[in-house]
Amino acid sequence: MTPMDFLLLTKGPLFSLAIAIFALGILIRLFEIFALGRAHNYAAARGNEVIPGLKTMYRRFNPDPGTFQRSTFDVVVGTLWHVGFVIALLLFIPHIELIKSTLGVSWPGLPNPVVDAVTAITLLGLVAVLIHRLTHPVKRFLSTPQDYLIWAVTFLPVLTGYLAYHRLINPYPLALGMHILSAEIFLIVLPFTKLTHIFTAFVARYYNGAIFGRKGIQS
Amino acid sequence: MTHGAHSFSVERGLNAWREEIDAPVAAFFSSCVHCGLCAQACPFFVETGDPKYTPIHKLEPMRLLWEQEFTLWGKLKKTVKDRLDAKLGREPKPLITDAMLEEWEPLLYDSCSMCGRCSMVCPVGNDIHYMIRKAREGMVASGHSPEGLVAASVRAVNTGSPMGLQWKTLDVQIKHVETSSGLEVPIDKQGADYLVLLSSMEIINFPEYLEAITKIFDHAGVSWTLSQTCFEATNAGIQIGSKDIAATLVQRVVDAAEQLQVKNVISPECGHAYTAIRWEGPNAIKRAYPFKVYHIIEVLDQLRADGRIKTEGKEMDRLSMHDPCNLARKSGVVQQQRSLMDLVASNFVDLKEHGEFQWCCGAGGGVSSNERAEPLKLAAFKRKKAQIEEVEPERMVTMCATCRTQLEEGLEEFNMDIPVVGLTEIIADHLVEKEVENKKAEES
Repeated sequence: MTPMDFLLLTKGPLFSLAIAIFALGILIRLFEIFALGRAHNYAAARGNEVIPGLKTMYRRFNPDPGTFQRSTFDVVVGTLWHVGFVIALLLFIPHIELIKSTLGVSWPGLPNPVVDAVTAITLLGLVAVLIHRLTHPVKRFLSTPQDYLIWAVTFLPVLTGYLAYHRLINPYPLALGMHILSAEIFLIVLPFTKLTHIFTAFVARYYNGAIFGRKGIQS
Repeated sequence: MTHGAHSFSVERGLNAWREEIDAPVAAFFSSCVHCGLCAQACPFFVETGDPKYTPIHKLEPMRLLWEQEFTLWGKLKKTVKDRLDAKLGREPKPLITDAMLEEWEPLLYDSCSMCGRCSMVCPVGNDIHYMIRKAREGMVASGHSPEGLVAASVRAVNTGSPMGLQWKTLDVQIKHVETSSGLEVPIDKQGADYLVLLSSMEIINFPEYLEAITKIFDHAGVSWTLSQTCFEATNAGIQIGSKDIAATLVQRVVDAAEQLQVKNVISPECGHAYTAIRWEGPNAIKRAYPFKVYHIIEVLDQLRADGRIKTEGKEMDRLSMHDPCNLARKSGVVQQQRSLMDLVASNFVDLKEHGEFQWCCGAGGGVSSNERAEPLKLAAFKRKKAQIEEVEPERMVTMCATCRTQLEEGLEEFNMDIPVVGLTEIIADHLVEKEVENKKAEES
């Protein structure tokens, strides 16, 4: 197989397969959650559920001062690389082109040097959180092989993207093919691991806000 | 127990969990990324530094069940595993064993007061204490709950009080209150506005509460009553995690309230009793109440807002306040106690993290009824102690008998000379006396 064959494979059938598994997998997971439903609540409500639920969806981006103080590294580095990842994913012009050709929607991107810098920061952030996971007593204790697996499948698309952009792997079709393949692995792994939090965290936050909101507390 | 009996009881526990797993639980387990931020929100972890006290870890057995039976991936894995076992002629290894539940029992009971602080800080939004409450249902069903809580539950079901206290003990106290206050304590008054409930701990440790409400309600002209058939507000079923026991105990309150045809029921200065009657009770008995439920602090604040409480003089020393988790974070009563403090305190200072972000005293959620948890209860108190040291109050005020007992015992343990008082009593101490009030009215 030539590098070009490899690239065509990742851009063609593998891409369709990854998208299909990702989309179906996430739909199934969301169905598995919502189908369970909630028992009817007979207690007289003190407050509304919907508005506090929606508020909590946003508020958990902004930790309370005590949490910030006690877990500064998690909050700062965690936010940094998550934001960096989303910027690189959604505001890099070639990615926008791909989304446009697949879904038909597009938006303005950021200049390449900006995305490049953001990507470098994201990579450093991801390395830092891995070291933190390996050394922090609580994180180390909680971590399972899956935690390291999802770290790797998150790290690889960013790394290969960075390498391809800087032409650090040659020939270019191989570099791009590796980047696309790693993104496909990410998409395929996502619905079956805790990477589902990308979607379900908003569901979880809503329920949290709604449960507390009913009792008159904004969580 | 024999091996067979063990697996039978484990299965009962798992069945309870299967019933408890709902959409929020599935969303929560789907979202946890093992960041461990819940640990720094938990007084049991913060003060011991032991990672096994990380809140989400306390739910690991229930998470395993969810993964295996409630997700596609888990079901696939199980199918493959079963086929493999069958092919190799191996005995399938159970996912959750009796030994595992035994190991988790102290994690779910001794090191968790269900204070809900972790639920406020989880970045993905997991309401962890909501799941702990559910996990305890399975622990009860599988026979893995602490002896102290089992005993309290049995006493509550059999005698009406988790401490085995009887009406005649309360009756003695009522007589005493009537003598010292010169007021009548109404008993079984049909159609009263409020049915007042008490907690056994209050009756034993803090008899001043009953006298305080007798005075305040007389002062404000509130129509109220005690019930001879049901005076206990606490609910051991909620603490141990049994909906059946909870329903039995709540039903007694509902029966008494319906029999006396009261419009409202007042939960005393107790945290979990309020959660039990206000939030969990209707769901335990599966119907809405024909009356409203208030914590005494809500009632007092309403009387204050309506101008029905007239006070004179203020406490001059530096006072701070401990918010009971069940009242503040878990029920949205945060401002009421502060408005009441304003009425009677001139030098009030809040703890730095208070209201929805307050720290638990360490004794809630059944920890105080579980003798085995004693060392952990004291360890968790150190977080509260550190908070108190930051603002250096001369006295602490609270509105939950369990918190109050824990604060008193903890402060004494660390030789801190800071008395703890109930808010209701302070209010009662500052009431304008009736004769004075009448005289004033005559003069004007």
